[in-house]
Amino acid sequence: MELYLPVANMSVNILFIVALGGAVGVLSGMFGVGGGFLTTPLLIFYGIPPTVAAASAATQVTGSSVSGMITHLKRGAVDLRMGAVLVGGGIIGSGIGAILFEWLQSIGQIDTVIALLYLVLLGWIGATMLRESLVAIGAARSGTAVPARKRRHHPLILALPGRWRFYRSGLYMSPLAPLLLGMVTGILTMLLGVGGGFIMVPAMLYILGMGAQVVVGTSLFQILFTTIATTMIHSVTTRAVDIVLAMLLLVGGVIGAQFGARLAMRIDPARLRLVLAVIVLLVALRMFLGLVWRPDEIYTIQWL
Amino acid sequence: MAVRRILAAALLLMMPFASTTAQEPVLVPDVSNRSIEIKYSFTGEDLLLFGAIVYPGGQRPDERADIVVVIKGPTQPIRLREKQRVAGIWVNAESVRFASMPGFYAIAASRPIGEIVDERTAAIYELGLENLSLSPAGFDGEEQLRRFEAGLIDLKRRQGLLVEDVESVEITRGVLYRARLAIPARVPVGRYTAETYLISGGRVVAVASRDIDIRKTGFDRFVATAAADYGFVYGIVAVLVSLGFGWAAGWAFNRRR
Repeated sequence: MELYLPVANMSVNILFIVALGGAVGVLSGMFGVGGGFLTTPLLIFYGIPPTVAAASAATQVTGSSVSGMITHLKRGAVDLRMGAVLVGGGIIGSGIGAILFEWLQSIGQIDTVIALLYLVLLGWIGATMLRESLVAIGAARSGTAVPARKRRHHPLILALPGRWRFYRSGLYMSPLAPLLLGMVTGILTMLLGVGGGFIMVPAMLYILGMGAQVVVGTSLFQILFTTIATTMIHSVTTRAVDIVLAMLLLVGGVIGAQFGARLAMRIDPARLRLVLAVIVLLVALRMFLGLVWRPDEIYTIQWL
Repeated sequence: MAVRRILAAALLLMMPFASTTAQEPVLVPDVSNRSIEIKYSFTGEDLLLFGAIVYPGGQRPDERADIVVVIKGPTQPIRLREKQRVAGIWVNAESVRFASMPGFYAIAASRPIGEIVDERTAAIYELGLENLSLSPAGFDGEEQLRRFEAGLIDLKRRQGLLVEDVESVEITRGVLYRARLAIPARVPVGRYTAETYLISGGRVVAVASRDIDIRKTGFDRFVATAAADYGFVYGIVAVLVSLGFGWAAGWAFNRRR
């Protein structure tokens, strides 16, 4: 069943796009990540122009993170103060991202930069998760407990000026640290169409040292508002948000996420992380091959 | 080339006075669809170009006549980038600007173009993919330009946006012709022209042209226009729809539990 996408200017198979959204949705339900880091590359492999893919994936993440955020908000598992600082950083980051995007497009390097960023991010996160999950599985087998990581923030953060109290997160530190973190994810959201949960959550735990009970909710809060800002900026600058594409992805995504969430309850979390690590590393490998193998298309067209 | 065209046009204008005895044939062309509407179910369209060759006095000459049909879309300036291996990875390196790249170009003929006209005539009338005038700029030598032009044509060809389909024009009894050309789903919107050339003895003896409008309609037109011209409002609507959908879906699933 084919459907014409009005902004991407091409017709796509509805079932394929919904299935893609669904498959990513299952993963995001299982692992609590938005899944933008899989959606964008898969759409690009399918033939959607990279800009449209990144812009529309960001719009989809808005929809797929809203109900989770509300749930966490009701439970009081969102540090609103921390969230607001992160969102502030996220909006600044989206603006910087937009300028970078335009500049990279004008010199013709946007695709390469997107691929390199994915490669570095996914490679790093995949490797970290793989190691962690293997240690956890090994420890479970031998019956020894994994030594709990001491919760404290990165020493560099102490050097930043000014300190605010973040009660829910149990932190007393400079707001510049979360602001910078928000900015980095904002740039990535703009360039890659990712919500940034997969870098946000580890960064909150290991760099900021936030309490685990508010990490997921606060990261969803930040993702929701940063992707809203990104959708707006893309709509005004690149004009590449395809609302039809975003809706198709959402239909699959929300249904997939429900199944994913149920599946996750039956599987051992360490094994779950191992699976996610392998998936992330496979996408990274595909990106790597795309860069080093002779590409199918040597020539690309930029409309002036 | 432009001068030549103007000359040709001037000659055509003088034709009524000159041709009372010259007896030039006339083409009566038509297309199966003069306004192609792109909507949600659009997956491309098969366009039929057909028409009649009207010979003065109804007398068909003995010499074989050939028909060439060309569909040309609106031109756009583009920059073509070429990937090269730099430090182990493939990145865009050199680029050439083409000021008039047709968004779509399809040519069909009753025989291979090379057998119908000589290279010079083919170049004048832009018959054939290698004869498109793309107005390149900022290139570095003849070799590079040729390489880029070949790359561009190859790329567009595989996307179905440049089509060369020789020997697909059927001529019935020397007076009726028809050709079928596929318009792919990826075509840009705009005003297209369908030109028909009657060629005999290596000379273009008659030309006729028809306009075809390709445009988005209904919902797709609405969305595309909104995205292009009202970015801010479009963005707000996109966000609201996405939020509403996500929230409603979450609510529906939570209720079922």
